[in-house]
Amino acid sequence: MTATEALLQLTRDGLFCPAGRFWIDPWRPVERAVLTHAHADHARPGSERYLAAAEGELVLRRRLGPEARIEAVPYGAEVDRDGVRVSLHPAGHVLGSAQVRLEHRGQVCVVSGDYKAAADPTCAVFEPVACHHFVTESTFGLPVFRWPETAEVVDELHAWWRGNQEQGKASLLYAYALGKAQRLLASIDPSIGPIWTHGAVENLVEDYRGAGVPLPPTRRVSEAPDGTDWSRALVVAPPSAHATPWMRRFGALSTAFASGWMALRGTRRRRSVDRGFVLSDHADWGALIGAIEQTGAQRVWVTHGYREPLVRWLEEAGLEARAIAARFESEGDDR
Amino acid sequence: MKAFAALYNRLDSTTKTNEKVAAMADYFERARPADAAWALWFLSGGRPKRLIASGRLRQWAAVAAGIPDWLFEECYDAVGDLAETIALLVPAAPQPNEDPLHLWVEERLLGLRALEEDELRERLLAAWAELDRRQLFVWNKLITGALRVGVSKRLAVRALASVARVDAATLTHRLAGNWRPTAAAYEALFSADTSDADLSRPYPFFLAHPLEGEPAALGAHDDWQAEWKWDGIRAQVVRRGGRVFLWSRGEELVTESFPEVAESARLLPDGCVIDGELMAWKDGGPLPFAVLQRRLGRKKPGPKILADAPAALVAYDLLEWRGEDYRSRPLGERRSRLTGLLDSLPATDRVLASPVVAAADWAELEAARLAARERSAEGLMLKRLSSAYGVGRRRGDWWKWKLDPFTLDAVLIYAQRGHGRRASLYTDYTFGVWHEGKLVPIAKAYSGLTDAEIRRVDRFVRRHTTDRFGPVRAVEPELVFEIAFEGIRESKRHKSGIALRFPRMARWRDDKKPKEADTLDAARALLQAPAPARDEGR
Ligand SMILES: [Zn+2]
Ligand SMILES: [Zn+2]
Repeated sequence: MTATEALLQLTRDGLFCPAGRFWIDPWRPVERAVLTHAHADHARPGSERYLAAAEGELVLRRRLGPEARIEAVPYGAEVDRDGVRVSLHPAGHVLGSAQVRLEHRGQVCVVSGDYKAAADPTCAVFEPVACHHFVTESTFGLPVFRWPETAEVVDELHAWWRGNQEQGKASLLYAYALGKAQRLLASIDPSIGPIWTHGAVENLVEDYRGAGVPLPPTRRVSEAPDGTDWSRALVVAPPSAHATPWMRRFGALSTAFASGWMALRGTRRRRSVDRGFVLSDHADWGALIGAIEQTGAQRVWVTHGYREPLVRWLEEAGLEARAIAARFESEGDDR
Repeated sequence: MKAFAALYNRLDSTTKTNEKVAAMADYFERARPADAAWALWFLSGGRPKRLIASGRLRQWAAVAAGIPDWLFEECYDAVGDLAETIALLVPAAPQPNEDPLHLWVEERLLGLRALEEDELRERLLAAWAELDRRQLFVWNKLITGALRVGVSKRLAVRALASVARVDAATLTHRLAGNWRPTAAAYEALFSADTSDADLSRPYPFFLAHPLEGEPAALGAHDDWQAEWKWDGIRAQVVRRGGRVFLWSRGEELVTESFPEVAESARLLPDGCVIDGELMAWKDGGPLPFAVLQRRLGRKKPGPKILADAPAALVAYDLLEWRGEDYRSRPLGERRSRLTGLLDSLPATDRVLASPVVAAADWAELEAARLAARERSAEGLMLKRLSSAYGVGRRRGDWWKWKLDPFTLDAVLIYAQRGHGRRASLYTDYTFGVWHEGKLVPIAKAYSGLTDAEIRRVDRFVRRHTTDRFGPVRAVEPELVFEIAFEGIRESKRHKSGIALRFPRMARWRDDKKPKEADTLDAARALLQAPAPARDEGR
């Protein structure tokens, strides 16, 4: 067994560092957990102690509950765990998302969690970290995924909102409540019209504001007085609100969904929304390949999504690559 | 090409009919006739013959995209649509070509078929290099002959009518048959003189709606004409100018495929159009649809097949008589004219009147309907005696009162990814029934579930895969579905020894355990039931 394999292992509870006796994003409650970010498929409640990035503490607490024991550390700060030096580095995915760097006896291993390369006004930008062994996500690990410029997408979104206003329709935009919704809010032009939010979104908006992220004024739909005119409004809601009685109150409306999956016509149409905006908090194919190269890692483990194609691609590029299982086919933030 | 690609995108980004019609109307308003003609042809379901084998196309696209073949195939598997996969992978032109649609079609697309492989490859790579992403998608749809965009000919005609000041019925008439997409033909559509109709043109078929609920709600039973809903191919025979034209409902001219029917139709007087059903018919009665199927697609049937599978037109209605359009006259009048006409013909059994089903009340009609399978019919048609022969699918006067389908409870055993909008999900399923303690595959089905149910099944498949054979996953036998189907027959090609016709998922039986699913013996028992029914909208 080589030194890196000893540094990181895949166990039935997830990725485990035997030397430091902690798990990264464990699948079941454990004694010591290090978390990459607060999405449900990474942060599970019930562990005794957590280590996570300070930037995301508020949103993480909303997921784990007020009792959770969270040691929040700034990006780049080093923590010792039984001789393993652990530090967290920005992953650019959502507020407080981190890559976990482990160093032990000269071997460096980095677990990316979810990440993206594109700029995002609501979180620290992805930072490449050199390592021997890199564990990468591959949610969008196929070359058909190639994100358009964010500015282009935001322009399209503005045009859609304005077009709806002209037709007297409310604009109902679906986005994941943690991350995507706030990124959208921070990117759009609030002078176009009033912005309303679904409660699930607004709770996290408050956490983001609490963490010092500037966001435009928003109001909860549930607090709207009777007879509110929605025809100029943008309403941001989680995808689970689609096709529920909740959306009836808006009268005439146009629906849209912002997600990387909207790059595929099939998924776009299956969502049965009027518009799909291609906006993802995950790396596209080019960014995945770029990020892996930048680490200089010789050994790469691939998890989430389209694992096999990326593994084969890396193998053909001369790296030692392997697909590792994710406990759940991701439904949380990815779909 | 740019404008057409923009239209495609608009059509593709809405599910609302009125928005689709508005998008097409905007396009027709602005497009030049030469381009609009092609757009109309494509939107009405016209497609060029297959130009390039899919295997070649994939190889060349992988080259253009700079990726290995295996990675292209992985992408295709995930996207599910070849045109889209290529459009997502090949580099888009920063300065796209501005040529209009008709040039792209006439000079670049239609010429491809005649080319040698090297030349073909070169032209394709050149075309890809000149298009932006949206145009790439549409171009690929055109070269693969699969431009489906949720628009029917009827909708395209409706859009055209809104800009043309010619009514939809006239346009449909003018577009029927072998309409050629040229600028001149397009402009001729708008002619205010409607007497231009070519000798051969049939009338648009009037379609019935399925009857939901009790027929008694339709009022007095004797306001209605009941007739068998035959299991054949809806067709019109047009007798004008000394000639005979036989049209199928797909608006295909099939005169030569059914020479015995055409020959009998020559006995009809000039200036006459009859609507009916093409059936395999022998000794005064119908043969199963499978027999008729053997005649389909044969341009010139030989003597053997003519003897084994003789066809007839079973007539429902008279649309034109002595050169006069009879469609607005009441059905009762058309019907008596039709029977009078057919009775007066010299003896022939290749054009015959479909009998009216007489009954004293609704209960008798219900009894007749239940006996429909014994006559190889799929139920009854109910037509209001005062009704006109309308256009399209107007509601209220014509109903199809079909028999309920057969059903079996079966267990999901294999799943495969779907295509098009369902490409990234496991949506194509194989079901099994019990036989000697094992599940034997009995049907494949991919329709009938809601999107939410499909997502649930997809998740189940991903987590309960026991084996993989290429794109197919074997799953743990846990989910039970009620499979509805229209017919069942013996089949040596199937492991189970039987084949189902038009199987689909009627219901997810979450209430049933796999052990409670049906057996092969139960399925075989249905073989005794007489030949069944088929949906006319095929
Ligand atoms: Zn995530
Ligand atoms: Zn994730």
